[in-house]
Amino acid sequence: MSIPGSNLSARGAVLLAALAAALLAAPLLANDYLLTVLILILYFAYVGQAWNVMMGFAGQLSLGHALYVGLGGYVAAVLFVRFGIGPWLGMLAAIPVAVLVGAIMGFLAFRFRVGGVYFAILTIAFAEFTRVGFDHFSYVGGSGGLFLPVSQYSRNDLVNLRGNPTMFYYVMLAFTVAALLLCRTLLRSRVGYFWQAIREDEDAARALGIDTFRYKMIAVMISSGLTAPAGVFVAFYYNNLFPEQVFNIARSIEIILAPIIGGIGTLFGPILGAFLLTGLSEAMHEVLSAFGLDVPGAKQVFYGICVLFVVVMLPDGVWPWLARRLGVTERRS
Amino acid sequence: MSALLAVERVSCRFSGLLAVDSVSFSVAPGTIFAVIGPNGAGKTTLFNLIAGVYTPDAGTITFDGASIGGLPPNEVCRRGIGRTFQIVKPFPGLTVEDNVVIGALLRRPQVEAARAHARAVLRRLDLDDKRSQLAGSLTLPDRKRLEVARALATDPKLLLLDEVMAGLRPTETDRMVAILRGLNRETGLTILLIEHVMRAVMALAGEVLVLHHGAAVAQGAPAAVVRDPAVIQSYLGAEAVH
Repeated sequence: MSIPGSNLSARGAVLLAALAAALLAAPLLANDYLLTVLILILYFAYVGQAWNVMMGFAGQLSLGHALYVGLGGYVAAVLFVRFGIGPWLGMLAAIPVAVLVGAIMGFLAFRFRVGGVYFAILTIAFAEFTRVGFDHFSYVGGSGGLFLPVSQYSRNDLVNLRGNPTMFYYVMLAFTVAALLLCRTLLRSRVGYFWQAIREDEDAARALGIDTFRYKMIAVMISSGLTAPAGVFVAFYYNNLFPEQVFNIARSIEIILAPIIGGIGTLFGPILGAFLLTGLSEAMHEVLSAFGLDVPGAKQVFYGICVLFVVVMLPDGVWPWLARRLGVTERRS
Repeated sequence: MSALLAVERVSCRFSGLLAVDSVSFSVAPGTIFAVIGPNGAGKTTLFNLIAGVYTPDAGTITFDGASIGGLPPNEVCRRGIGRTFQIVKPFPGLTVEDNVVIGALLRRPQVEAARAHARAVLRRLDLDDKRSQLAGSLTLPDRKRLEVARALATDPKLLLLDEVMAGLRPTETDRMVAILRGLNRETGLTILLIEHVMRAVMALAGEVLVLHHGAAVAQGAPAAVVRDPAVIQSYLGAEAVH
């Protein structure tokens, strides 16, 4: 038995509803620490979903998605700090900037047939020279960083994204759900099929009349544009931006871990991966702390073990396996 | 009757090697035309020139009244030429049905309409019962038929088949021959095939072109071509005629 118009089984729909209820009720039950962990999980679920459009759907590996997070953050933060323009309008400016930069990179790569590993290196290069550029961009604070004004807020100001973690949690939850729905629509549309054709075999895709240049460009532009709001969120949540941190390649790698663990190219993979990875690594941190241990780099080692485990045991990711076990059939597409 | 496809004095050179040497032929609408020849004769290169993978160094390729030489493969397909690959290229991680849906989406932007068309094509190619399997899990004969199904779903006027019989058992070959002949008869589809399996060539083709070292050595009806001394010497071997 399945739900019409979806590939969720009835049991899958019940589980999904339970998950949605749990996520909606979480701030009522969770303490501040748990809430910040949940915010982090949703953040990684969101950016993982955005990255997945490029790699999971269209097969174009980006190892530089921190670029679009950083650009989104800087554009909105500068507009807020220098011109008093709020984050939502700032987001409307941040998205086109990220799309434009993604389009320039995509054009160079696809026009000159830079593919595979070389494409991935190009994405790193773009993130890296942007990082170096922002280090010397004094208008936005250079390497000294850009800071948003911080004060105690008596009430949540959603218009200016100033408030307590509960507000940020719901904002991030809304974004994650919206990204999931958008990606679901994309994957089942004509463009989604064409992306998958390109991912599976580009020569065959071209032989079927698909303008692969055009559809790869669309993938990069949607993925980069979708990533930018996460940067706006980072800027207003942490209230500071340093090029050295926000454009760091380590951030780019963190972004791709959740979809890899959860299942590249699946819709729930990035979400599940974010819960597993961030949830377990925070839990491990807590356990270590409880024993009075503070091991630097433990998180990175843990990430490494997780990736190793998934690559060896479940190369398609955890979600396709879990979906089969739970009887919630999502086709791996 | 004007030709659907006209290849005129087409040449293609890979640095020192003249892979296709001033080859000319034309395919009339509604016919089945075969290109045969020994390995390395330039058959696949000739196909790739028509399909837009390579640009001819000389000569013209005219399809449906317009020059297509040098157009990219996606544009050639859009004009109405569907092709298969000698080394099959299914989309292995997608289902058989989704493979064909992607082909059907070229002229049917709505996914549901494309799916309906894909189902019809799959029935025609005897793949209906395998449509929810992953394409990567198919056996070679099924993959070959999937390759044809996917190209067919783009509604081509001309179907280019690059050794779709290679590696098939005789019964599988006969099945493919029957499917292709049915398509040609019932829909008027024009077919240009490269083939090594003479059994299939003799059964299908109305006209045969023989390539050797990139050049055409003979052209004509299959029964006449296989008796041509030049063909026997270059390709079939003396025992083949007896």
